[in-house]
Amino acid sequence: MSDMNTQMAERYKNNFLKEIEEQAEMGEWVKMCMQCGLCSGSCPTNFHSGWDHPPQEIFMLIRAGKREEVLNAQGMYMCTSCYNCYVRCPRKVPVTHVMHGIAEYAYRIGRAPKTQPTMHLSKTFWTNATKNGRVNEVQLTQSLYFKDGISAGIKKAMEMQSVALGLVKAGRLNLLEAVGIAHKCKDVKGIHAMLAKAKELEAKRKEAKA
Amino acid sequence: MTSVVATNQTILVVGGGISGMTAALEAAETGKQVVLVEKNPYLGGRTVQLYRYFPKMCHPTCGLEINLRRLKANPRIQVLTMAEVTGITGDKGAYNISVKLKPRYVNENCTACGECGKAVKTEIDDAFNYNLGKIKAAYLPSSMAYPQRYVIDSSIVGTADGEAAKAACKYNAVDLGMQEEVVTLNAGAIVWATGWQPYDATKIVYYGYGRFKNVISNVEFERLADPHGPTGGKILRPSDGKEAKNVAFIQCAGSRDENHLRHCSRFCCMASLKQTHYVQEAFGDAGKSTIYYIDIRAIDRFEDFYQNVKANPNVSFIKSKVARITEDKDSNPVCNGVNVEGYKRYATAHDLVVLALGMEPSVKGIEIPAEVMSDSSGFIMADPANAGIFGAGCATNALDVNRAVQSATAAALRAIQVVNKVARAEA
Repeated sequence: MSDMNTQMAERYKNNFLKEIEEQAEMGEWVKMCMQCGLCSGSCPTNFHSGWDHPPQEIFMLIRAGKREEVLNAQGMYMCTSCYNCYVRCPRKVPVTHVMHGIAEYAYRIGRAPKTQPTMHLSKTFWTNATKNGRVNEVQLTQSLYFKDGISAGIKKAMEMQSVALGLVKAGRLNLLEAVGIAHKCKDVKGIHAMLAKAKELEAKRKEAKA
Repeated sequence: MTSVVATNQTILVVGGGISGMTAALEAAETGKQVVLVEKNPYLGGRTVQLYRYFPKMCHPTCGLEINLRRLKANPRIQVLTMAEVTGITGDKGAYNISVKLKPRYVNENCTACGECGKAVKTEIDDAFNYNLGKIKAAYLPSSMAYPQRYVIDSSIVGTADGEAAKAACKYNAVDLGMQEEVVTLNAGAIVWATGWQPYDATKIVYYGYGRFKNVISNVEFERLADPHGPTGGKILRPSDGKEAKNVAFIQCAGSRDENHLRHCSRFCCMASLKQTHYVQEAFGDAGKSTIYYIDIRAIDRFEDFYQNVKANPNVSFIKSKVARITEDKDSNPVCNGVNVEGYKRYATAHDLVVLALGMEPSVKGIEIPAEVMSDSSGFIMADPANAGIFGAGCATNALDVNRAVQSATAAALRAIQVVNKVARAEA
């Protein structure tokens, strides 16, 4: 995977902006940014310690060719897809999508940090949801609680106990999901076929760019 | 009935602001007949609502006085106030225009003595001061108003207050029987100078205009600074009447924004730089101004004005578009955002926030009752398809006073060429 990183760095030598424009989804919007700062100011996660570079700084770093700074940054993984920046951007830059595009690209070339929590959530959610076409809520929360080890997981589960019981009582949570007996969508095969096709198309598109 | 003398050699000027007055005067002073139509009860438009102009910091009343003197000396201009153009038919050289005249309820006998205003008890919103205060329902729109005649608001006609105004008048000037009327007139060419309006600030939800009392617009700030304004020229904030010594100016409020106005309104940077002078003059070194900007566009030759403001230690510049305004417990507006220089978060409280609202045409191209080409913001474009209708001033673009006057003179020249052609054909 990290081979791909060197390969891309070699290919786009001193033009990181071009690399992002061609390789990252929605990357072509980066040069539209006019550095007004409305996205960063509107971001609800901007109090978070992991938020090292806000969106407009990442855009500027890309334009300045700071490849290492951008690929080592945490900012793009911090996005919660609230779309505040997206709807407010005076230039109609789809900031949310650009951040996801950059994050996905960093992951693709093997530069994403292994322990990044948002990335972990995305991957877990995706595997979970695509299996049956519906989210298995118990297994999803379990895998998130126990991400940092067994004792941390138990502690977290105890904290959330009353919420879980409330949900069970209201019929919103099926504990049998824990052992894999979960609700499914009507046409699981159809969903899988659709996702396979989408994956195939995406691979084709990325191949054309590579 | 109001009678208007107009032929196909007449030029109709729609809008009596600085652009319309200029176009009318320039055309009339070359010997043309001009009809000047104005929606408000007075001439001068938004220019007379300013406290001062940039760059020389002189008072608009001065420029207005010169124009009014030219107007009074010129018998070729007929002025219709409280009038709106409702229909245009015909073509270049032979237009037929219908104009709706609203009743003023006060005739030419008025001497502006003010007795009716004293007699009336009802109060209405003070439109001249952007509704910052209240005025009596029998009022003189501003001290410089032309025509210098009172107006009686239609809300008190048929009430005891209306009768009181009539009884108070010693000159038989109050005529409560006036009716709305429609007059039709001919014109060879039309100069469309309906000007601009500030962008509706309530649409920029995250700035809280309308929710927070101490978030006001740049046009309202002009009225606060003006000695004829609702505070008598004291910069007092609306919530508690406290002196606003720490004022924030937010640039591009609405402008350069695909979600609001797509264009740069051009004048707002200079207007805010000018308004920092008001703060400095009112409070000296105790008055602090902060300008939040994307980039300062001191248009044209005004870079030195910007540099002078920049050199003032009481004015600070923060390169950031404020993302959100909140309010603290003392109803101070707090500007939240990220400073692009250093990418640091800030949450700064100010006494007063002034939104540098952008300009949009007050009558959009599509609302003009004739075929007129306009751009995506509604500004009139120069196009042969417009035939004998010529845009002037802020109806054509976001302009400052200086450029609006230039634009109006150009439009007057084009209109003169049309009526000259008519005159030659009729000779």
